[in-house]
Amino acid sequence: MTVTKQTAHNIRQDKIWKYVIYMGGVMMIVLTLSVALFLLYRGLGTFTTYNHSIFEFLFSTYWAPNDTTVGGGKVGAAVFIFGSIVTCFFALGISLPFSLAVAIFITEVSPKWGKRIFQPAIEVFVGIPSVVYGWLGLTILVPGIKELFQMPTGFSVLAAALVLGLMIFPTMTSIISDALRSVPASYRKASYALGATRWQTISQVVLGAAKSGILTGIILGLARAFGEALAVAMVIGKVKAFPTSLLSPTTNITSLIASDMGGAMDGGEYNIALWSLALLLFFITLFFIFLIHYVSKRGAVQHDG
Amino acid sequence: MMDNIVNKNALKRAKATNSFMTIFFYIIAGIFLFLLLTIFIYILYAGFHNFSLPLLAFNHSGIGNQLFNTIYLVVLALLFSTPVGMLAGIYMAEYAKPGKLLTILRMCIETLSSLPSIVVGLFGYLVFIVMTGMQWNLLAGALAVSILNLPLIASTTEDALRTLPIGYKQGSYGLGATKWQTIWHILLPAAIPQIMTGVILAAGRTLGEAAALMFTAGMSTDISWKSTDITSPTNPWNPIRSGETLALYIWGARTEALNMNAEQMANLSAAILLLLILVFNLSARLISKYLVNYSQGK
Repeated sequence: MTVTKQTAHNIRQDKIWKYVIYMGGVMMIVLTLSVALFLLYRGLGTFTTYNHSIFEFLFSTYWAPNDTTVGGGKVGAAVFIFGSIVTCFFALGISLPFSLAVAIFITEVSPKWGKRIFQPAIEVFVGIPSVVYGWLGLTILVPGIKELFQMPTGFSVLAAALVLGLMIFPTMTSIISDALRSVPASYRKASYALGATRWQTISQVVLGAAKSGILTGIILGLARAFGEALAVAMVIGKVKAFPTSLLSPTTNITSLIASDMGGAMDGGEYNIALWSLALLLFFITLFFIFLIHYVSKRGAVQHDG
Repeated sequence: MMDNIVNKNALKRAKATNSFMTIFFYIIAGIFLFLLLTIFIYILYAGFHNFSLPLLAFNHSGIGNQLFNTIYLVVLALLFSTPVGMLAGIYMAEYAKPGKLLTILRMCIETLSSLPSIVVGLFGYLVFIVMTGMQWNLLAGALAVSILNLPLIASTTEDALRTLPIGYKQGSYGLGATKWQTIWHILLPAAIPQIMTGVILAAGRTLGEAAALMFTAGMSTDISWKSTDITSPTNPWNPIRSGETLALYIWGARTEALNMNAEQMANLSAAILLLLILVFNLSARLISKYLVNYSQGK
């Protein structure tokens, strides 16, 4: 009698928890969808409520939205989009060669040092908050650039690219070294058995086999740089104009949102235009995710022959 | 004969290139180790070289309140993200059948984990501040930040459960346990150390978050430590009050240098954040080391 009672209790308990756990999964989906829906609902307002064209938003450089619900301003965001792209690609250009070299060092040249010293050091640097990178840029890099190039201020594309480059260096290095490590040892042994030197093995066998993993690392580094707000905002100068050189200040999507959102009237044209920029960031994120899937799928196909 | 000479030269060249590249990699790696160490030591030196206790004071001329807010916010965020993240992880590892729903859930987790934190901040601002009509507050900040660390906790939980030996489950079912009893009494206790590692890493990320907090937790803090009424807006334990964290203080210090030693306080904040992250990383490392030893029966 008591046994069946106990069993009935267990079965009921099992059912209740099943629903609770399902709720956990459903909640993640609901959360993501609501982020996406709110971004769409707000961000599309520029094009529906205030009647601007997508072409104007993406390619015009005339940025003067009204801070009221009346509208009638201009929402050309090309300067900020250009600022984001240019800082990210310079950051990647600075960081990638070094990331690759350090990743090769810690996996192929000296795994012992790599595991003992570099791996933990890189983990700590992945965890350093981006504002701290920004603060370092503001207190060391910006005055340094000002001094070195005799500029009126040191706020510049160069400072932003260096800060971002430093920031994505540990992320990319750790992903690329994971990719190199996952190349089967038999590939290296086969290469050595054919009489290849270590450098020949690395450059012609290992790098080729790890290609899709390396690409994934690059894309994730770029995605992190694109989404970074405060570290860039601290050193880019926040001047709403195209940069004339590497040493001139400009601004980017995230800096603009960070500096202007707090002051803009809720629901006004300015506020909604900033939401459109956030929506654009969201689409760029989705694009990067798509790219990673594409790259790793192609990598898998190549490995299977 | 000719062939032999050419081969010899090629071999020589390959060997020389190889030695050159080896030296090259040592130099690059050395430079970077030096750079990382310099940055590390610089942050600590700038923060602590003229350290005095009043800089840590729990008032406007010290960062004690910001330090308290930072830790309080991390705890609040984990209170929400740990249970939900673990439930989602358990669902993916034990309940979900391969199919549309699982694919969608995985896509959602991937999207959440790569959302720029400023976008999460805007979402939190709209939903937790504008739509509720509240002032900037710690709870809104904690909820916004927990969105950022949910994916990490969910995927560590899933991995932890999936790597357990199948025998655990078979043994439990063989004794007549229900699915939930198996998960609760067998699988979760075995997976807890690995899940803990994920939670600690998530906490480490939350510590330094600023972009998601600037429009949710607010950029000011006003605490009265004598307050005993938890509903008072100056009570330290009241989650519905604005609460500036260390990372937000650093962000604010760049322009709003209201205080004479704002720069020094920002330097100290950066150094403290670095130390906290070091502690979190080390403890995550220790736990996973223990885990490896444990699973090898040491």
